[in-house]
Amino acid sequence: MIENVDISLVEWSRAQFALTAIYHWLFVPLTLGLGLIMSVMETIYLRTGKEFWKKTTKFWMKLFGVNFAIGVATGIILEFEFGTNWSNYSWFVGDIFGAPLAIEAIVAFFLEATFIAVMFFGWEKVSRGAHLTATWLTTAGATLSAWWILVANAWMQYPVGMYFNPDTVRNEMDNFWQVAFSPVAIDKFTHTVLSAWVLSAVFVLGVSCWFLLKKRNTEFALSSIKVSAIIGLASSVLLIFSGHSSAYQVAHVQPMKLAAMEGLYNGGNGVGLVGIGVLKPEHHYNDTANPFIFEIKIPKLLSYLAMSDADAYVPGIKNILEGGYTTPKGETALSAEEKMEKGKTAIRALADFRRAKKDGDPQKMDESQATLTENFPYFGYGYVSHPDELIPHVGMTFYSFHVMVLLSAYFILLFVIALFLKKQRKLLHARWFQWASLWSILLAYIASQAGWIVAEVGRQPWAIQDIMPTWSAISKLQTSSVQTTFFLFLALFTILLIAEIGIMVKAVKKGPDTAEV
Amino acid sequence: MDSTYLFLQHYWWFLISLLAALLVFLLFVQGGQSLLFCLGKSDLQKRMLLNSTGRKWEFTFTTLVTFGGAFFASFPLFYSTSFGGAYWLWMLILFCFIIQAVSYEFQARKGNLLGRKTYQVFLLINGIIGPILLGVAIATFFNGADFIVNKNQITDVSMPVISIWNNPLHGLEALGNVWNLALGLAVFFLARVLALLYFINNIDDEVLDKKFHKVLIPNTLLFLVFFLAFVIRLMFIEGFALNPENGEIYMQPYKYFHNLVEMPVVLAVFLLGVVLVLFGIGKTILSYRFGKGIWFAGTGTVLTVLALLLLAGYNNTAYYPSVADLQSSLTIYNSSSSPFTLKVMSYVSLLVPVVLAYIFYAWRSIDKKKIDETDLEENSHAY
Repeated sequence: MIENVDISLVEWSRAQFALTAIYHWLFVPLTLGLGLIMSVMETIYLRTGKEFWKKTTKFWMKLFGVNFAIGVATGIILEFEFGTNWSNYSWFVGDIFGAPLAIEAIVAFFLEATFIAVMFFGWEKVSRGAHLTATWLTTAGATLSAWWILVANAWMQYPVGMYFNPDTVRNEMDNFWQVAFSPVAIDKFTHTVLSAWVLSAVFVLGVSCWFLLKKRNTEFALSSIKVSAIIGLASSVLLIFSGHSSAYQVAHVQPMKLAAMEGLYNGGNGVGLVGIGVLKPEHHYNDTANPFIFEIKIPKLLSYLAMSDADAYVPGIKNILEGGYTTPKGETALSAEEKMEKGKTAIRALADFRRAKKDGDPQKMDESQATLTENFPYFGYGYVSHPDELIPHVGMTFYSFHVMVLLSAYFILLFVIALFLKKQRKLLHARWFQWASLWSILLAYIASQAGWIVAEVGRQPWAIQDIMPTWSAISKLQTSSVQTTFFLFLALFTILLIAEIGIMVKAVKKGPDTAEV
Repeated sequence: MDSTYLFLQHYWWFLISLLAALLVFLLFVQGGQSLLFCLGKSDLQKRMLLNSTGRKWEFTFTTLVTFGGAFFASFPLFYSTSFGGAYWLWMLILFCFIIQAVSYEFQARKGNLLGRKTYQVFLLINGIIGPILLGVAIATFFNGADFIVNKNQITDVSMPVISIWNNPLHGLEALGNVWNLALGLAVFFLARVLALLYFINNIDDEVLDKKFHKVLIPNTLLFLVFFLAFVIRLMFIEGFALNPENGEIYMQPYKYFHNLVEMPVVLAVFLLGVVLVLFGIGKTILSYRFGKGIWFAGTGTVLTVLALLLLAGYNNTAYYPSVADLQSSLTIYNSSSSPFTLKVMSYVSLLVPVVLAYIFYAWRSIDKKKIDETDLEENSHAY
C-alpha cells in the first residue's frame, strides 16, 4: 500500500481527544470532590439529626447533579474515541488497555449510576441510613471509576505487565497486578483524586463566600466553609507528598517529560528546581545559550525531588537525546539515534517473522523473534524519523507545571487563612478574603487543567511510552471527518458548559432555603 | 487452540450478547423519549413521562458504556475495526447519548440557556435516532461491513494502520441497506412498545393510561412487520461461515437457519423470548388492568436479542463479516483477547450478579410507588 499517514489527521485526532479530555476534566473533579463533601455533610446530618444539615447537603447535591450529567456526557466520548480515532492503538494494546475500561464500567459506573438514583429520588422512599449509604456509594463509585481510568492512563505512561506476541501482532497482558497496581498508577490516582478534592473544596469555599458577600445564609455559608476548608487543607498538604512521589516516578520512567517540565536542556549533578522562569520562545536543544530569559532556581532541589538525592544526576533534553549518561537503573543511556535504529530493527524483525511464518520456516521465525524480543523496548522509535520528534512542547509543559505548583501553594494559604478567620470569628467581615475565595474557583480549574497538560503534553510523542508514537496509533479517516466531529463537539460542549454554568448560578442564587431550583 | 481458550471466547461472546440484549431492553428509555410529544399534551403529563424514564436513563447509558468497555477488553479487533471504521455511525449514536445525558436534568432547571423545549427536542431526537442507529449497527453483524484487516501493515512505518474502511462514508453506507434499516426500525418500534408497557406499570394517571393502551397496538404491529421481515429473511440468506480446519471464511446457504437447528438451546431461548414478548404485549392489550407486561416483554426482549447474537457468533460463524474481503471477517477466534486477559476478565465478570442485585434493590426502592401528581410535588429532585 503506497500511502502515508497524514500528519494533519494525527494533529486533528489529538486535538479532538484533547478537547474531550479537557471538557471532561472540567466536570469530573467536582463530581469527585463534591461527592466527598456532601457525603460528609449528610453524615453530620445523620449524626446530629439537624434539618439544617439536610438542607445544606441537598443544596450541594443539587449542584452535584447538574455537574454529574455533563461529566457523564463528555465521558462516554472519551471511552469510544480510543476506538473511533485511535484504532491502531486499540488493537496494538487492547488486550491490556481494554480490561481497566471494562472493569471501570462493571465495578464503578453501575455503582455510581444505581445509587445516584436512590440519592436523588430516594429521600422520601428509603430510610435515612439507607440514603446516606447511597450517597457514600455514589461517591465511592465515582472514585473507583477514577482508579480504573487512571490505571489505564498510567499504563500508557509506564507500560508493564505485558509482552509482545508476533503471532497476533499485539501486546498481551501477562501480569494483571502489575498493570492494576503499578507505582505510576498509584501515584496518578492519589495525586489526581487529591487535586479533585482541593478543587471542590475551593469551589465550596468560593460559593459560600459569595453568600457572605451578599450577607445572606450566613450560617449555611460558615458551616460549608468549615467542612470544605478542613478537607481542602488536608488534601492540599497531602498533595505535596503525592506530587513529590509523582515527580520521582516521572524522573525514572519518563525523563524527557521531567526535563520539559523544568525546561532543562543540559542536565548535571545537583540540579536546581526552577521556582519561576521565562523561557526563550525559540530554543533548539543544540543551542549552547541559556534557554531562560529569566529564572529563579532553588539549588539542588530538582535532583532531590527526582532522585531523592540532592547531588544526583538529572539528564536534560540534550543529554537524553545524546545518551551516554548513567540511568537510575545503572545502565548507560542510549542516544536517540541508537534507539531509533533498534526500533527499526524490531519492526524489520516482526516483518521477517510474519514472512517466515507464512513460508513455514520455523528456524527463521525463531531468529526473527529473538531479534524482535531483544529490541522491542524501543519498538516505537522505529516510527520516528528525526530526534526532534521525541521532544514534547517544552513551553507548554514548563508553564503548566509551574502554574500548577504555584497555585497549589496558594490554595494551602487560602485554606489556612479561611480556618484562621473562621476561628477568630472574622470571616463574616473579611470581604477581601470573600472576594479572593470567589475568584479562586477559576484558579482551581486552571491548576487542575494545568496538571493534565503536564501529564499528557509532556509525554508526547508517545501514545504508549517508547512503544507507540501517536502517528502509528491512529484510525485511517479523512481529516475532514475528524475536523467535523471536532467542531461539533466543541460547539456542543461549549453550549452545554454555558448552560451548566447558567443553571449553577441560578441554583446558587436561589440558595439552600428551598430544595427546588 | 486449547479448550479453555475456546470456552473463554464463547463465554465472552455470550456476555457481549447479553449486554447488547440488556441494552436493547433498556432502550425503552429512548422509546419513552420518542413518545414524549405525542402522548404528553399538558405540562403535567410531559413531566410524568419525563420522570418515569428519567429515573432510568443512567442504566441505559451505563449499559452502553459497559458494552463498549467489555467489547474492547474481550474482542479488541472489533473495537478497533468497527469504531475506527464505521466512524460516523458510531459517532452519531454517541452524539445522541450525549444530548440525552444532560437533557433530563437541564430541561427541568432554570438558567439552562436553551430553554426547556430545546432539551425535550434533544430527548426526542435521541429517542428516534438512537434506537434506529443501534439497530442498524447490530444488523451489520449479519449483513456485513466494508473493511479490510491486514495485521502485517504495522510493519509499514509510513502507513501502519491495520484496519481500513473501504469507503469514504465510514459507516453511513450501512443506512443504505434496507435490511439493516429493517432491524433499526424493528428496534425503534420495540423500544416504543417497551416504553408504553413501562409507563403502564410506572405511571398512575387515568388519562395517560388510556393513551398508552391506544398507541400500543399500532406500535406493536409496526414492530412485528419489521422484526418478522428481518428474521424470516435471515433464515433464508447465505451466511458467513468459518471453516474451523483452515480458518477460511466462506458463504454458506441458510447459515443462520442451520445455526438455529444445530444449536437447539439457542432455538429454545429464541422461541421463548418471542413468546414472552408477544405474551407481555398481548395480555396488556387484552386485559386493561394488567400492569406487568413490561417484565414479560422485557425478559423476552433480552432472550430474543441474546439468541440472535449467539446465532451471529457461535457455531463457526463470522460475527462481523467483511463484504470487502471475506477473509478479513471477524470471528470470536481471530478477534478476541489473549487467554490470560479473557481469564482475568472472567473473574471480574463474577461480580455481575452483585451488580444486578443492587440494581434490583435500587430499582425497587425507587419504583415501589407509582409516579403521580403527588410524587412530582413531593420529590425534591423531580424533573
